[in-house]
Amino acid sequence: MTEPGNCDEALHQLYHFLDGELTDDRRTTIRQHLDDCPPCYEMFDFEAELRQVIAQRCRDSVPQSLRDRIASAIDHETSLEY
Amino acid sequence: MADQARFTEQAMPLMSSLYTAALRMTRNPADAEDLVQETYLKAYRGFGGFEEGTNIKAWLYRILTNTYINTYRAKKRRPDEQDLEEVEDLYLYRRLGGLEAVNLSRSAEDELLDTITDSTVKEALESLPEQFRLAVLLADVEGFSYKEIAEIVDVPIGTVMSRLHRGRRGLQKRLYEFAAARSLLPDVEGAAPATTGAARPSESDR
Repeated sequence: MTEPGNCDEALHQLYHFLDGELTDDRRTTIRQHLDDCPPCYEMFDFEAELRQVIAQRCRDSVPQSLRDRIASAIDHETSLEY
Repeated sequence: MADQARFTEQAMPLMSSLYTAALRMTRNPADAEDLVQETYLKAYRGFGGFEEGTNIKAWLYRILTNTYINTYRAKKRRPDEQDLEEVEDLYLYRRLGGLEAVNLSRSAEDELLDTITDSTVKEALESLPEQFRLAVLLADVEGFSYKEIAEIVDVPIGTVMSRLHRGRRGLQKRLYEFAAARSLLPDVEGAAPATTGAARPSESDR
């Protein structure tokens, strides 16, 4: 029977866990620990949310002029092939 | 012969994501536009070599990253960044965790996460040294796996993990510093430099 991991081990695996890079076994072990350990759960939850915030805030809209320029450039490339 | 319709359908939707990445890499809008345009042209010319059914986003990012390294990195319009200092794990959480928030129904963490602006995040990311910036961008903003990042940047997976780990900690420290500078942090003793007067920064700035 696998013992639920302790806090140090959970912290050590934090990023691998959030990155989805753990084996299923390890993932389950950590999840069990999170279920049993509110402080660790809070920590994981914060890190997961922080990552979502970073991804959401890091957006830029492409200038239409750039889209048009690239579309033209590709058209031009195509016309060169014939 | 490249199939323009197929290329357009698959590659064009990824432009805003590539553009965001280009901005973080070059830190200069004009260069970012050129970089994206060059990337699309190279991709189109090489589309015959793209294996249908494989990950086109990773393929495009490889072209983007290579083009950046070969063409734009040399330009260095901005001064070199400093080396990345060592930062402890959970930098942000340790500083915010357990602190009293202005609004008692929400935690200090929630408040910070709600008030961090686009520009705070972008500036913080752009202030990281390039190899760390790239790793964090590819993982946390674009969602690539360690293996994909290793292929895009052409370094071993171990290097990816190390850069990610250090880069993320560095990012947290910068987020904290930028947020503190803009008084986005909840008013906490010792968290931000003391200001004269009793007004809480978070109240007076809104």
